[in-house]
Amino acid sequence: MINTLKKSVFLLATSLLFLGISSIACAGELFFNGFVQGNYSANLETSNPNGDDFKWAEEKVQIKIGGDKDPFYLFLKIDLSYDHLDDETDLELREGYIDYLSESWDLRVGRQIITWGVGDLIFINDIFPKDYEAFFSGRPLEYLKIGSDAVKIGIYPRFISAELVIIPFFESNNSPKRGRFWMFDPMPHITNRHEEEPITNLGNTELALRIYRNLIDYDVSLYFYKGFFRQSSMLPNNIPSPTKITLFYPELSVYGASLQGRVMNGIISFEVGYYDSRQDRKGTDSMIPNSQTRFLIGYQRQLWEDFTIGLQYYGAYMHDYSEYETNLPEGFPKEKRFHDLMTIRLTQLLRHQTLKVSFFSFWGLSEGDYMIIPEVKYNFSDHIWAALGANIFGGGEEWSQFGSLDKNDIIYTIIRYEF
Amino acid sequence: MAKYLIVLFLLFLPVEINALTAEEIVRKSQEAFLYQGGDFKARVLMKLITKGGKERIREMTMLRKNYGPLGGEQKYFIYFFRPADVRKMAFMVYKYPKRDDDRWLFIPALNMVKRIAARDKTSSFVGSDFTYEDVSGRDLEDDTHTILKEERFNGKECYVIKSTPKAGDVNYSYKLSWIDKEHFLPLKEEYYNLKGELMKVFTADEIKAIEGFPTVVKRTMKNVQSGHRTEVTFIKIDYEVGIKDSLFSERSLRRPRKKWIE
Repeated sequence: MINTLKKSVFLLATSLLFLGISSIACAGELFFNGFVQGNYSANLETSNPNGDDFKWAEEKVQIKIGGDKDPFYLFLKIDLSYDHLDDETDLELREGYIDYLSESWDLRVGRQIITWGVGDLIFINDIFPKDYEAFFSGRPLEYLKIGSDAVKIGIYPRFISAELVIIPFFESNNSPKRGRFWMFDPMPHITNRHEEEPITNLGNTELALRIYRNLIDYDVSLYFYKGFFRQSSMLPNNIPSPTKITLFYPELSVYGASLQGRVMNGIISFEVGYYDSRQDRKGTDSMIPNSQTRFLIGYQRQLWEDFTIGLQYYGAYMHDYSEYETNLPEGFPKEKRFHDLMTIRLTQLLRHQTLKVSFFSFWGLSEGDYMIIPEVKYNFSDHIWAALGANIFGGGEEWSQFGSLDKNDIIYTIIRYEF
Repeated sequence: MAKYLIVLFLLFLPVEINALTAEEIVRKSQEAFLYQGGDFKARVLMKLITKGGKERIREMTMLRKNYGPLGGEQKYFIYFFRPADVRKMAFMVYKYPKRDDDRWLFIPALNMVKRIAARDKTSSFVGSDFTYEDVSGRDLEDDTHTILKEERFNGKECYVIKSTPKAGDVNYSYKLSWIDKEHFLPLKEEYYNLKGELMKVFTADEIKAIEGFPTVVKRTMKNVQSGHRTEVTFIKIDYEVGIKDSLFSERSLRRPRKKWIE
C-alpha cells in the first residue's frame, strides 16, 4: 500500500518536474549533464553466501537535468543501471525536487539528499536514510546517502538560520543483503521474516529540525528529530522457540548539537546526540535499542602541501544498562555499556590534484574490530576518472560492527566518464 | 629656533624623502590588486596546462567583498560551472589579515557543507599553479620588503621589490615583484625556491580599466621547473555590485541565488 502510494507520488512528482523543466527549457534556462560509469567489486576472501564472486558489478548512466528561473529551481537526477549480479535493469530517481527561494526563506519539495552534522562517515544527528550496502560494496561515496521524500523549509532571519524537514514517507536504511554478504544473525534458522515499516499517517510523519549560526568563528548547530530508528529491530513471535520474526522500526527522538571551528592550525569538530528510544524508555525491552548518548570529537589538519590528516573519536553510551542485561534472552550476544571507536583519514593529492591517494579506517576500541579503506583515484582528464580501492574488515567478535563483516573483504574499481 | 631650522632643512631636501617605502609600495599594490572597489564579481576561466600542452579547464564565478579598511578582512564566494564533476560545487573563504582563513566547501553530490583544513600558504587552489594565498593575498607583515631597484618592464616604469618571508611558512625563499608605478599593479613576480633557483613566475598579461579600476584581466602563473602553467582570464567583471552579507553563508553555498552566480 505504502509502496503503491510512494510510486504514485513519485510518478506525479516526476511528471510535475518534467512539466516545470520543459517550461523553463522554453525560457532557455536549462542545463543537462551526467555520467556513464562502470563499478565492479570482487571478493578478496571468499565467495558470497549465494556463490557469486562479486559484491557489485554494474554499469550506470546518470542524467542530471535542472532549470533555473528565479525564484524557482528544478532538479532531476536519474540513474539507469544494469546490475550483472541480479541481471536487472533499474531506473531510479535519485533526486527530484523543486525549490522556491525568497530573500529570507526557502522551500524544497521532493526527493532530496540531506546531510547534517560534522562527522566524517560517522552520523549522529544526520538521521536521514543511508545505504550501507552501497558503502560496503565499494560504490562511490555519494551512494551512501539515500534521498528523502520530504518538504524542507529554510528560514533565515538575520541572527539565526533554521531548517525544518518534514518527511511523510518513511525510508529505512538499506542494509547489506544476506545473499551477498556474510553477516551475523542471532536467529539464523528462522527464515520466516517480514518487515513492517511505520504506516504513513500524520502521527508518523518524521520531523527534523536544525538551527544554526556562526558564533565567535565557530559553526554551531542544534538538532532535533522525531521519527524512527532506520535500522530495523527483530521481534520474534515467541521467545523460547520462535518461528517467525517481524522486522520493525522503533520510535526514536534525537536531541543534539554540534560545533566546528579552527583551532591550532586545524579544524576541530564536536557533536553530541541523545537518542531517546521512545518505545523502550525503561530499557527493559531487549529487542529495542535502549536510549543512548552518542558523541564524537574530530580534528583535521594539513601537515604538508596537499596532505591532510583527520582523526575522530566516537563513543556511544547505553543508558539503563542493568535493565538491558537483565532482560537479554539467553544466547544473544551482549553489547557493551560503552562502545567507542576511532577513525583515521589520510589524504595526499599529487600531480596538480589529479591523483588522490587516500586511506580511511575505523578502529573499534571497545570491540577490537576494524574496517580499512585504501583508495587511489586518478583524473585522466576533466571528463574521465577512475578509482581503485578496497574494503578490509576484521578483528572483534562475529557479531561486532565490522568483525561481523570479516569475510566480506573486496577490491573495487570505478571508472566514470562525466559529461 | 631649532624647530624652524629643521622645517627649513626639510623644505630644501630633495623630493626623494617623499618617496614611498617598500612597505607602502606593497600596501598600495595589494590595494590595487586585491582590494579594488568595495566589492567585485567576475566570471573566471582557469586553464591548467601541462608541459605537454594538455589542458584542463575550471570555470567559475568569483565574488569578493571587503570588510573594514583596505588590507583588512575580506569574504570570497566561488561557484564552479566546469568541469562537470564539480558543477554546483561552491567554496567560501573568510579571509583574516593576521591568521589562517576560514574555508568552507559545498559538495553537491552529498549535499554537504564542510570546513576544509588546507592551509592558505602552501595549498594549491583547485590543482592550479596558484596557491590560495596567491588568489586572496598575503599579509603585508609576513614579509620583509626592500626596494631592489627601479626599472622599466614592458615599457612601464616599475619598482622592483624583494619580499622575504619572516617565517619559513611557505615553500619559496623570496619573491621579486615588478610593480607598475602608475597604478601599482604587479606586472611580474618571480618566486625563488630555497636553493635560490627560479621556481614560479607570475605575469599580468593584460590590464584593462574596468569601471575606472585598472584590473588584471589575464594572468599566468608558470612553474618554470615542471613546465606546468595556469592561465586565468576574467571574462565578465563588475565592481561595486552591492553584494549582500547574506551571500557569504551556508545557505548560499548550498543554493546560491542565480543573480549572483550567472
